[in-house]
Amino acid sequence: MDRIVILGGGVGGTLTANLLVKKLRARIDHGEVEIVVVDATGQHVYQPGFMYIAMGGERAADLSRPERSLLDKRVTLVVGEIARVDEARQTVVLTDDRELAYTQLVVASGSRIVPEAIEHFDTEAHHFYTADAAAKLRTALDAFTGGRIVIGIAGMPYKCPPAPLEVAFLIEAELRDRKLRDRTEMHFCSPIGRAFTIESVSEMATPILETKGIELHTFFNVEAIDPARKLVLSLEGEELPYDLLILVPPHKGQQFLMDSGLAPAPGGWLPTDRHTLLVGGRTNVYALGDATDLPLSKAGSTAHFEAPVVAERISAAVEGRAPQGKHVDYKGKVMCFFEIGDGKGTLLQFDYDHPPKPPKPNQLWHLGKIVFNKTYWHTVPKGRV
Amino acid sequence: MTDTATTETVVATHTVDARGSFCPGPLMELIRAIREGQVGDIIAVYSSDKGSKTDIPKWVEKAGHRLVALDARDGYDEIIVEKLR
Repeated sequence: MDRIVILGGGVGGTLTANLLVKKLRARIDHGEVEIVVVDATGQHVYQPGFMYIAMGGERAADLSRPERSLLDKRVTLVVGEIARVDEARQTVVLTDDRELAYTQLVVASGSRIVPEAIEHFDTEAHHFYTADAAAKLRTALDAFTGGRIVIGIAGMPYKCPPAPLEVAFLIEAELRDRKLRDRTEMHFCSPIGRAFTIESVSEMATPILETKGIELHTFFNVEAIDPARKLVLSLEGEELPYDLLILVPPHKGQQFLMDSGLAPAPGGWLPTDRHTLLVGGRTNVYALGDATDLPLSKAGSTAHFEAPVVAERISAAVEGRAPQGKHVDYKGKVMCFFEIGDGKGTLLQFDYDHPPKPPKPNQLWHLGKIVFNKTYWHTVPKGRV
Repeated sequence: MTDTATTETVVATHTVDARGSFCPGPLMELIRAIREGQVGDIIAVYSSDKGSKTDIPKWVEKAGHRLVALDARDGYDEIIVEKLR
C-alpha cells in the first residue's frame, strides 16, 4: 500500500492532501493508498489575518478552524509534534514515539519565528506574526499619542514579504485619521539596498513611502536593541531612536528538519528543486510553502500554487505514469494583494520568468484582499480556486 | 563556507558560494559571514545573481568594510571583501 505522509496542516499540506484525494479517490477507497496529515495542533490558522488584528479589527478566533473540518474525510489526521524523519526507515517519528511509515513524504511544515535571536526583542519590539503579538501591537497603537515609529525587518527570509510595508502604509493612514500624523515621525528600515526585494515592487513602493513622509533607511540589518536608550542599532553602524518599534522577527525552518539531516543549519530551509519541488535529489520527498529554500515569497500563495504540482507528481508515481497536464512542473507562480492604505491596494502576480507589474493602487484590490481573506476557508484549502 | 580560496592577488580566509541563489541571497550570505567572522577576514562571495555586483559593493561601502576585488568568472562573479570592523 502507498502511504503519503504530509507534514503540516497549513495551506500547503491541507491543499495537497485534498488534491491527492481528488486524484486518487478510487485507490484510497479500495485501501491501496492512505493519505496522512500530521499537524502539531490540529488547528488550521489563517496567518495572513494576523496583520488585521493589529490594523483592521480582525479577531483571533475567526482566524482558526479545526484542521479536521478542512480535510476530506478520506484523509487521516494525526495530531502530534514531529521529532524527526528517519529516512533510512522511511518513517516519521513523533515526540510521543508514535511512528508513521511513508512511501511518499511531503514537507509542508512552514517556518517559525525566532525573536529570541535578538536580545530585548521580546520586551522592546512589537510584531504581527502571532495573534497575541498582533493584539499587543494594536494596544500599543491605541495608546500611541505621537513620537517616533520605526518599522523594520530583523532577518531574511521572512513570511509575507509585503507585510512590513503594508503595516507602514496602514499605520500612516490611521495616524492621519487620528490627527496624530503631524506629531509622528515614521521610519522604514530595509535590510537590502531598496525598499523591497523585487525591483519592480520597490519602484512602486518607494514613491509611496516618499508621498507618505516615511523615511526609508536601506541596508539596515538589525543588530541589536538598546532598551535603556530606546535605540535600534544596525550592523552597518546606524542608530535609530524609537518610541514604538515594530520589527519582523527573524525566521527559521523547523528544527526537526535540521535534526533529521534534511535541511542545513542554521536556517533550516529545505534544498528544493525549483520545478519538481523534490528535496535534495530525493525521489519521494517533496517540499512546498515556507519550508523550502526557493527564492520566492514565503506566503500561503506560494504554497497554494505549488500544491497542485506536488499532488500531480505524487499521483503519477502512485499510478506508475509520467506526470502530465499543466501541473507537471512549478513555474514559480505567486499572487498576493498589497495594501497601500486609505482603502487602496494593488496586486503582485509573478513567476520565475515574469516579475510583477503592480497595477496602479485602487479600491478594487483592497476589497479583493478583504473578500479573499473572508472566503479563504471555503476556497483555497479545498482546492476550489 | 569553506576554509580557503585563492585569487590572483589575495588569499580569502572564507568563501561564500552563493551561486544559484537569487537576490538578496548572496548579500544575506555575506552578511552572515561578516557577522560570524573576525576583523581582518577576507571573504570571497561567488554569485551568479547579476544584482550582486552592484548591491554588494554598495553594502560594503555603507557597512564600512573594504571591497578588495570584483572579478567576472565563468558564469558568476567573485566579490572579495575584507571585514574592517
